Amino acid sequence: MTTFGTFIASPWGSVMAIAAMALVTFLCRIAGVVVMSRVRITPRFERGLRALPGSIILATILPAVIDNGWPALVALGAAVVAMAVTRIDIVGLVAGLGTLAIIRALG
Amino acid sequence: MSPAPRPHFSRAGLRHGVRAALPAFPGFIMFAIAFGTAAAQKGLSLGETLGLSAFVYAGASQMVGLEIWQQVWSPTTILTIVTVTAVVNARMILLGATLQPWLKDEPLARTALNLFLLTEAGWLIGTRYHNQGGRDVGVLLGCALILWLVWLFATLTGYFAGALVPEPRRFGLDLVMPIFFGVMLVPLWKGAKSALPWLVAGVVSLIVHALVPGYAFIIAGALAGVVAGMLIE
Repeated sequence: MTTFGTFIASPWGSVMAIAAMALVTFLCRIAGVVVMSRVRITPRFERGLRALPGSIILATILPAVIDNGWPALVALGAAVVAMAVTRIDIVGLVAGLGTLAIIRALG
Repeated sequence: MSPAPRPHFSRAGLRHGVRAALPAFPGFIMFAIAFGTAAAQKGLSLGETLGLSAFVYAGASQMVGLEIWQQVWSPTTILTIVTVTAVVNARMILLGATLQPWLKDEPLARTALNLFLLTEAGWLIGTRYHNQGGRDVGVLLGCALILWLVWLFATLTGYFAGALVPEPRRFGLDLVMPIFFGVMLVPLWKGAKSALPWLVAGVVSLIVHALVPGYAFIIAGALAGVVAGMLIE
């Protein structure tokens, strides 16, 4: 085994793993800023990026919510309605969690 | 609406950011407690667990990382965990891209710190503030710093006391993150037409989720939404 292999097999291997994970994650975090500071942002591309926040939300939550069945869908609906009416994020969150807790308690 | 001010940075912004981060606390606490508990069960040391939370600081990749965590590492297993981490966190490239115009005149070190602490929740809160015309980078950083601290303390709590936390499902807390994200969707609403890409993103993520194991559905759906946004005039 090489000295590098021996080093990785020691307890230092965990440190290496965490450092490597942290590095690659940091690269993901800065890559968008680095790339965008070097390319000309066309209006078309800007439109695409404007669609990102909503897109990433739906892409993240829809599978999770649908996997949890209709109570999760109803709870999400309650959260969205409460937020739309009050515009207070905490109220929306509590409405969603409360609805889910009630449905599960009754079910 | 009055014209947006130039990007700037203030202490008042930092405090505003800390307050604005509050709705994301429950999600961060639940996720980090779950991670800390799982890490302890898996046999990770406290140092390893806190190291992952402090330096990787990306929940989904930390959870997936636990599944392929090794007692004894080899170059191959390190390469595997790095690759998986990169795939799970690739979506952050898109988050950073949208922040670039806001951060472009910031000092490099502060931007590095801001991006090191970048999370979806913090980014969504920052995006909401930015959409309302705010340009104080302190808001983004204040929000990011407090969420990082919450994440660390909750990881610690989960590591030692995860078994003591009552069944989260009873309070709907297993879905606290999706519900928080859903709440953050509301201020982004600008009419049905601009929400069409969201629909595309949701449908694509559902299809990919059904066909491909892992977290690929997030980046696939997000990319589909961006492409749809580019194509719709």
